[in-house]
Amino acid sequence: MTATPRIVEVRRNILKRNDEIAHTLRTRFAEASVSVLSLVSSPGSGKTAFLERTLTALREHYRPAALVGDLATENDAVRLRRSQAPVKQITTGTLCHLEAAMVEQSLQEWNLAELDFLFIENVGNLVCPSSWDLGEEVRVVLLSVTEGEDKPLKYPTIFNTSDLAIITKIDLADAVEFDRAAARANIETVRPGMDVMEVSAKTGAGFDCWLSYLASRRNLQHIAR
Amino acid sequence: MHELSIAMSILDSLQEEVDRRACGRVEAVHVRIGALSGVVPEALQSAYEMASAETPFSRARLVIEEIPIVIYCAKCRCQRTASPPAWFSCPECNEVSPEIVSGRELEISSLEVST
Repeated sequence: MTATPRIVEVRRNILKRNDEIAHTLRTRFAEASVSVLSLVSSPGSGKTAFLERTLTALREHYRPAALVGDLATENDAVRLRRSQAPVKQITTGTLCHLEAAMVEQSLQEWNLAELDFLFIENVGNLVCPSSWDLGEEVRVVLLSVTEGEDKPLKYPTIFNTSDLAIITKIDLADAVEFDRAAARANIETVRPGMDVMEVSAKTGAGFDCWLSYLASRRNLQHIAR
Repeated sequence: MHELSIAMSILDSLQEEVDRRACGRVEAVHVRIGALSGVVPEALQSAYEMASAETPFSRARLVIEEIPIVIYCAKCRCQRTASPPAWFSCPECNEVSPEIVSGRELEISSLEVST
């Protein structure tokens, strides 16, 4: 005779452990007054070029640094180090996303108080990273004009969990007949009210807007303290 | 792909809960997966079967409850269930709402244990 199983209420987040580490990180970032932004996108959307230009520009007035997630190579970190900013590669092996514990571990040798900005470049993937909180203040989703306007509709979760959308390679918009209005409407469908910027890491178009957004984040940090 | 990481987190959580509660054998684990969680239920089911094999939980079934996207429509002044492709539009008045009531769930709701 088998006893009837009894039900035990649990109610816990499946990613509770990750959420706890992310929470600790967020507290540390706030205490050190460092603004932390993560970048997510599909492979080849121009995240690294965008970040390289951002780091170089920020270095004039701030102390930026970057953590770069990649499956196997150090190539992105090597490129980003040309900006002279501190850069560390997180090689995830076969893992398709970054987790808070990886960020925590990678930060061990860095003194956060010596940084103004920390960028966390996730593995190029529009599906997997969405569920993992990395302790960031802002999640930025990048979409390049060569990917097509309907990307937000195909990957609603990542767009919905992001705070800012940046359309990259805008210098190629005409060549690929990219419909800006349609792209913005699609973003609005999956994440109503999200800010959208258009940039080109090649020509620098739109960077004034992006850099002043970052400066305003910085001011917010100071006011919060 | 990331469903395997989610499945492994479920197993870690199970171990923690069993240790903490000193309850008997887990027969089933009930999870709530929101339509906006980024997790595909079918993929999670197979990932769980793979990850749980040869663990103390190999006989614990995974029961997935899928949670739809519910928004609060300010115009209708009530909660509405939205569905793709109009992810956040009120099905009655078409007003777009950024207020999500549910649909992001990624949680373990309960365990079935036998003593």
